[in-house]
Parts: sequence; C-alpha cells; structure tokens
Amino acid sequence: MAIKISGLTHIYNPGTPFQKTALEDIHLEVADGEFVGIIGHTGSGKSTLIQMFNGLLRPTSGEVYIKGKNIHEKGINKNEIRQQVGLVFQYPEYQLFEMTVYDDVAFGPKNLGLSKEEIDERVRYALEAVGLDKKYYEKSPFELSGGQKRRVAIAGVLAMKPDILILDEPTAGLDPKGRTSLFNQLKQMHEELKLTIVLISHSMEDMAKYAEKLIVLYKGKIAYQGTTREVFKEGRKLEAIGLAMPQIRYIMEELKARGMNIGTEVLTVEEAADLIKNYLRNAGGVK
Amino acid sequence: MIRDITIGQYYPVASPVHRLDPRTKILLTFIYIISLFFIDFFIGYGFVVVALYAAINVTRVPIKFMLKGLRGIVFILLFTVVLNIFFTPGGRVLFSWNFITVTEGGVKIALMMGARLILLIIGSSILTLTTSPIELTDGIESLLNPFRRIGVPAHEIAMMMSISLRFIPILLEETDKIMKAQMARGADFETGNIVRRAKAMIPIMVPLFISAFRRAEELAMAMEARCYRGGVGRTRMNSLQYKRRDCYAFIIGTLFMIVCFIL
Repeated sequence: MAIKISGLTHIYNPGTPFQKTALEDIHLEVADGEFVGIIGHTGSGKSTLIQMFNGLLRPTSGEVYIKGKNIHEKGINKNEIRQQVGLVFQYPEYQLFEMTVYDDVAFGPKNLGLSKEEIDERVRYALEAVGLDKKYYEKSPFELSGGQKRRVAIAGVLAMKPDILILDEPTAGLDPKGRTSLFNQLKQMHEELKLTIVLISHSMEDMAKYAEKLIVLYKGKIAYQGTTREVFKEGRKLEAIGLAMPQIRYIMEELKARGMNIGTEVLTVEEAADLIKNYLRNAGGVK
Repeated sequence: MIRDITIGQYYPVASPVHRLDPRTKILLTFIYIISLFFIDFFIGYGFVVVALYAAINVTRVPIKFMLKGLRGIVFILLFTVVLNIFFTPGGRVLFSWNFITVTEGGVKIALMMGARLILLIIGSSILTLTTSPIELTDGIESLLNPFRRIGVPAHEIAMMMSISLRFIPILLEETDKIMKAQMARGADFETGNIVRRAKAMIPIMVPLFISAFRRAEELAMAMEARCYRGGVGRTRMNSLQYKRRDCYAFIIGTLFMIVCFIL
C-alpha cells in the first residue's frame, strides 16, 4: 500500500477567529502503482490533503502511512519520506531559483547527499523524462517559456526518484499541446516505471482519460471514492457539489434523450465513438 | 511558524475599540507612544501595564494573540538589553571582569529599554489588530490632508501604505508556499551553522523576490486598467465621522497622558 490515511482531520489556525476545518475524517488508500485522481470544488481541501502525503503538514488528528510507515511517528526521517513522495505544487515554476536549468534540477538530489556522478545521472534522467531538449540545460530557467519552466520544475521533483508522484494541477495555464504531452509523459512513466501517481485536476476529461481511481472531495470530506467509472456513474450528483461529468457524457445523454437507444456511461471520446458506430451498424444506418 | 507575525494583521471581532474612528485610534496610539518615552520610573511602567491590560480587554482580542507579535522582535529586544547592560556607565559597579563592567545604572536603563520596547510593540499592535487596513489608511489620509498645502502627498502615502499592508499576508503566504515546495525537494532550513542556514535561504529569497516584482507589476497594471490616476477628485463610499465614543476615547487618552507626565 503506497499511501494509507485513516481518520485524518486537519484544522487551520485552531483557537483563533480564522479557525477553519480543512479536512474531516478522511480515510483513503492508494495501492502501489495506481493512478489516482483527486477532484473537488475550489476550497474542498485537495491541496491540504496532498500536503499530508509527504508530511509537510501535520494533521490535527489521524494517521498517515507511506509504504506502511506512520510518518509522524518518532524517529522517522522526514527527508526520506520526501524523497519517496515527490510533490509538485501548483504553478511549480515559481519555485525555480538557480542560475541554470541543470543546477535547479540538481537541487533535490544534492539535498539527498548523493555523489556527483549520481546527481548528474539523475538530472539527465529527469530532464529527459519531461522531454526537455539538451540545448536548454545550461540556460537560465528564467529565459524559458511557461511550459518549459513547468517541465523544469517537474523534473526537479522527478530527480529525487520518488516512488509516489503527486501533482497539483500540473497542466493549469498550459496550452493544449503542452497539456497532452505532459499527460502522455506522466502516463508513460506510470506504465514503464510503475510509478504511483496522485493527480489533482479540474478537467473531468483528463481524469476520465488517465485516472484509474477517483477520490471526490466536498467541503473537506470524501464524497465519493472508487474507480473512475464508478465515480462518474454518480452522474448529475457530481454537479450538485460543483463538479461535472466528462463532456462526452452530456452528448451521449442528449443523443439518448433524442431517441437513440444507446449506453451513456462512457468515459472517453473513443469509447463513445465505438458505441455510436455499433449502434449505427445495428440500427442499419442513419434514418 | 511564519504565520506567527501579527504586526499588520487585523483581528475581526466586534468590540468598542473596533468601532472607534480610525483617526481616533491613530492619534491615541501617538499619545501612547509619546507618553511611554516620558516615563522613567518603574511605577510608571506598572501603571502603563495596567492601562494596557484594560485596553486589551476592551478590544476582545485574546492577549495570547497580542503577545505572539513579540516573537518577531525577540532578537532586537535581547540586543538592546544586552548592549545597554554592558555599555551604560553610571551608578554603583555591580560586576567587573577585564574590560566588561556592569553598573547599576546600566541594568536599570537596560530593563527600562526592554520594557519600553515591549510596551511599544503591544500598544501599537492594538491599533493594527483592531483596525482593518482600509480604515487605517483612510484615517492616515484624512489626518495628513491638512499637510497637503505644504506638499505632503497624503493620498499617495496612504495608498502606498495600504498596498504594503495588503502585501504582508500575501508575501507571508508566498514564503510559506515556496518553503514547502523547496522542503519537498529535501531542503533543510533548520539545521547547520549560521553560514549554512543563510545559504539555505537563497532558494526561498530568489523566487520570493521574483514573485514580489511580478505581483507589483500586475497590481500596477490592474489599477491602471481601472483608471486609477491618483487622489485628485476621488470621493469615497464611507466617509469618516467622529462619534460620541471617539470623544470618550480622547478623554481617556488625555487622562492617561497626564497621569504618565505626573508619574
């Protein structure tokens, strides 16, 4: 079990007028090698939750286990946890600070106290993994475009060689091409390296396409949890908590409402296309 | 840890002090600060502590919250006290070793300076804890208005102040975020000697500076987009008005100052 959280509650600024319960009685499990999505309305506690995964926040009550170890127990090395659980924050390019792309990516491995050769190997591995061309390695990160900066920042976390990668809206503000290529790279790493990935995103389409499991947060509590297909079965109930279904579901429902006898529980455009093709074949073409 | 700094932070509860006109509170804070510097007896400080305690009770801000603001100045406080102990001549010599001499006068001045600083910070944090930044700058602008004739840019000063006050929590939050992001990459800010710790600050300072400039530029653009051209001819939605309770507050403040002078 990569991540296990039981009975976790987190309260910000307890005992002041700014007191706010961000998370309440959260129970969840993420298995090794899973691709899990977290969705929820703005302010539902997603970002607080992911900071629990690598011990940046200490929960008010409840336990966090990473690979079976309770990370808030005495004698646990926090840096070891942070190496295992790589966390990419929202707009990670704002944390770049070094003179060159190479040095910035090397920051994490250096903090782990690795040898020079090992650092070099990891930096090259990470920059290759995010698909950044070699000609940028010695450039200042501040000269790059937004999408390239984002890649450098993600590489900075990948260079730690985490077993679990957590990303908070990694594609926010990227153009469609950047989105697709970033997601494809994540998917590839997930499949080839058996990397456990936890992803926050507001795009239901991306979630439907990439996530195997979904956790739905609403007002600091888990509203739904299960495989992506199960969660999207909730359909319009998701709308009541500020979310939506993947757009293709709406098209399928509309088609059904207009008299096409067709299943609506699809996740991706490809699935929908197959269903429609089948339907047309069986019904003998368009009327 | 970084959120502990309370200077410039508004504490929203309903209390008579919160309802006072900001100008009253600013003037009273002035009176308070000036009075503090007239006192040079310990009994006087005792009186100030009692008065301050009463005032804090009226504000309904928990005293714990006020004292938190002191954490930020612990270093300056220690520095002042130590410096005064060792370098103020006068009075009976209490302790002497090589070139270091501690005199009675030195200890007295040191304690006094320490008390003065503590009372100063707590007293002025009452102003910022009970007055929202907008009220505060409105008050400052209105108080500075008479000086416009002699070329004091009242509105610009007030605007600059309100922007900087507004930026304090934003930058604190930003610092917190950047620190966490670097910690996620294994950065360590808490161990090592002073050189190592100073070096560990670079991964925070560089992104923080960049983001401060970026935010400033964005804000300037947003203000211009809404046709901000400075204070000339601007009217306001809530204009300030002195009420009866401001009158009472002034009377209490004046009495306080007189007592301080007598003591």
